[in-house]
Amino acid sequence: MTQLVNQLNQLLDVLNHCKTIGMRVIEAEQGKVTLELPYNASLVGNPETGVIHSGAATTLFDTAAGFSVMSSLPEVEICPTLDLRLDHMKPAEPFKPVYGFAETYKLANNVAFTRGILFQNDRNDPIAHGVATFMRLQAGSLTKLSDVMEKVDNSND
Amino acid sequence: MTKLDIKNTVKKVQDQNDYSDLVNLIPYAKTIGIEVQRFGDDVLFRLPRRKSNLGNPILPAIHGGVISGFMEHSALLSLIMFMDTPVLPKIVDFSIDFLRAGHDKDTFVECEVARQGRRVANVAITAWQVKRAEPIATARAHFLLG
Repeated sequence: MTQLVNQLNQLLDVLNHCKTIGMRVIEAEQGKVTLELPYNASLVGNPETGVIHSGAATTLFDTAAGFSVMSSLPEVEICPTLDLRLDHMKPAEPFKPVYGFAETYKLANNVAFTRGILFQNDRNDPIAHGVATFMRLQAGSLTKLSDVMEKVDNSND
Repeated sequence: MTKLDIKNTVKKVQDQNDYSDLVNLIPYAKTIGIEVQRFGDDVLFRLPRRKSNLGNPILPAIHGGVISGFMEHSALLSLIMFMDTPVLPKIVDFSIDFLRAGHDKDTFVECEVARQGRRVANVAITAWQVKRAEPIATARAHFLLG
């Protein structure tokens, strides 16, 4: 596993909801991240089919897109989502993990633009397409991963 | 898999004015903790503060995906409750603008079915925490019906 994957998984562990639903970073390079969301009965949106809820898919995409921004920066920063859109091509298949891939295709001074897909068996046959934009926080605020980890460690003492 | 009896569940919860059975039909809604309150024809959806819904641990703030999921599911429940839809509507697309941080507090959602055709419905969704006039997010969704 690359250092970036480890670093992003470390961050994922302090995001309560991501940890609760069992999300993991499985691939990461500068500006491109793939996350895995394992199948989980507590995320089901349609009990007739066992398919997971689109809200869980949105959470996966939001996290993947946000992490792609962080991975495109010289040091990982926390960037809030400005807006997000997800188009659902087809329902997910039940009992299988869903993968979220996102890339930052333009990193401007204040805003980062991302796009990506959710898929299961085949990257070329996505279950959803998405776009999201993120704000870059100004330097000086508590934005760096190292600061965040330190603050979280202290608050757990 | 469980067969859903949406029509009867909706009738039952409306008669009792207790919507927990409707929420409990869908595991995801139970996982994030959605509640439904009805005042005449107005419906208010509530997401009580819950540690497992947090994203950013520093603020702390609710994960944007949870706010999205809450708003999406509120829109779906609005359709089920008012449109006499016997099946679960299917999400086509969802778009959200985050206006303010969602703090570690109760969140409220109101939905407006902007248009319902025979095959597709458009729902406008607003979420707030402190004041209705200061939304934390606005969203819209399309659903396929039937």
